[in-house]
Amino acid sequence: MSTTAEPITIDTTRPGVPLSRLVKVEIRKMFNTRSGFWLMMSIAIVALLATIGCILFVPDRNLEYSVFASAVGFPMALLLPVIAILSVTGEWSQRTGLITFTLVPHRAGVILAKALAAVIVGATGMVLALAIGAIGNIIGAAVNGTDAVWNMSALDLVLIVVANVLGLLVGFMLGVLIRNTPGAIVAYVAYQFLLPTIFGILASLQDWFKDIQPWFDFGDAQTPLFDGGPHGEEWAQLATSGLIWLVIPLAVGVWTVLRSEVK
Amino acid sequence: MITVDRLTKTYGAYRAVDDVSFTCRPGAVTGFLGPNGAGKSTTMRIIAGLTPATSGSAHVSGVNYLDIPNPGTQIGVLLDASAQHAGRTGREILTLSALTMGLPMSRVDEMLALVSLTPAESKRRVKNYSLGMRQRLGIANALMGDPKILMLDEPANGLDPAGIHWMRSLLRDYANRGGTVLLSSHLLHEIEVIADEIIVIGQGKIVAEGTKAELLQTAGTFVKAADPSALANALTAAGITAGPSGDGGLRTEADPATVGKAAAAAGVALVELRPADGAGLEEMFLQLTSTTQREGATA
Repeated sequence: MSTTAEPITIDTTRPGVPLSRLVKVEIRKMFNTRSGFWLMMSIAIVALLATIGCILFVPDRNLEYSVFASAVGFPMALLLPVIAILSVTGEWSQRTGLITFTLVPHRAGVILAKALAAVIVGATGMVLALAIGAIGNIIGAAVNGTDAVWNMSALDLVLIVVANVLGLLVGFMLGVLIRNTPGAIVAYVAYQFLLPTIFGILASLQDWFKDIQPWFDFGDAQTPLFDGGPHGEEWAQLATSGLIWLVIPLAVGVWTVLRSEVK
Repeated sequence: MITVDRLTKTYGAYRAVDDVSFTCRPGAVTGFLGPNGAGKSTTMRIIAGLTPATSGSAHVSGVNYLDIPNPGTQIGVLLDASAQHAGRTGREILTLSALTMGLPMSRVDEMLALVSLTPAESKRRVKNYSLGMRQRLGIANALMGDPKILMLDEPANGLDPAGIHWMRSLLRDYANRGGTVLLSSHLLHEIEVIADEIIVIGQGKIVAEGTKAELLQTAGTFVKAADPSALANALTAAGITAGPSGDGGLRTEADPATVGKAAAAAGVALVELRPADGAGLEEMFLQLTSTTQREGATA
């Protein structure tokens, strides 16, 4: 036994793990499991099915690009948040966090990298889905022997992507806050489908709520994104409701992640 | 070097780790031995910065784990070989770690070869791996960044005897090259085979520590007769205190010569008389485990 081994020192001047590398790793993690891979493929598959459905079932005279854009955009409102949720909750449900957070003990960096990776993948997925819709529009017009109708501006398309990225961030926030896959998905469905109903009932019963609803209801504040874009006060309403329903809960979630025990 | 100083972790009223202090020095394999739930894994998670300590501290060569830049290249950690995404291939898991640490991809193949996972096995998904294969993958992952310090939680769990032998030579070489190794086990045999120094933990507290030689060679004698009660009487008559020690034998602090004379004087025929070997540690460990053993409660 060598009792006189050299003392081991830790090199604290070594470069740390840069964010760009973490983002690359997090994007790779979304694709390198079988379930993750098919979830990503489902973006293209669902967009393709929605496009084919439009060509087959929408009356020919109504076939214009806005129809394709909303048909491919609608399923993305559920798919993208699920992608974002899984990117976070997997570290806990599959317990891969034991490796991730020992290699990168600064958890805030990992969470930021996951958020960036989810936004990059989500925005790319939306662009891909809208492109598939555009091809559908061209084919649909060719089949009908008419000229394709492009009734959406570049700004409209950007706004749709922004709206879907906001939805994805809501999923991300719930993933960080709940850190459990089924729990976060259920919470997302409740958040997107139950909350608007509750707000609607509340607004019809209470006048004071009706007055503050535009500033408080995040879903309501997002509707201008699908209708030419927010103007003036609408931007402020998007900001205040987003602060309440996205930024603050996300901050609470990150705070608990930093303090929680990874087992 | 890993230094743990007066470390305590409580969950409500339960003290998972209770005032634990120890040091793992370079050039040695330190075995962390204790029954299930003794606090080994909690201590290791605290060292790796995954679990916040209630009080006390843990340092790696004097540095807080959170302050180690790119820690995978300085301390290799394996906390649970089963904590893997079941749908990922073994190669992908190593690739993610190599990318995170900024290592060349050739390192992945080197590590797979080191732990004897074949290229075909590395392309299989981890859900199809045996526990032994997951342990090899976890060790490959820990060694990936060429660290000088290793911390492995139950790495021999699930390995077959040949695998344990392989791990012993791997860790022996690693320590001989000046590396520091801390590994845990709930099996005395595994620790005996692999470790140089042993820390025994039970119910969150350190109950014994020292080199393997110190802990396994205790002074005293093991003696056994065909008629145990006659032997007990003979020893008592000679003023030797003895206690029962498995298999109907007796254990005493007196040396074998004294015990032999006492038995001969009383005309008791012995079937066994020898210096007590590791029985001290083994009995202590049995005592520790019996308090947490569940079958005992119904008996």
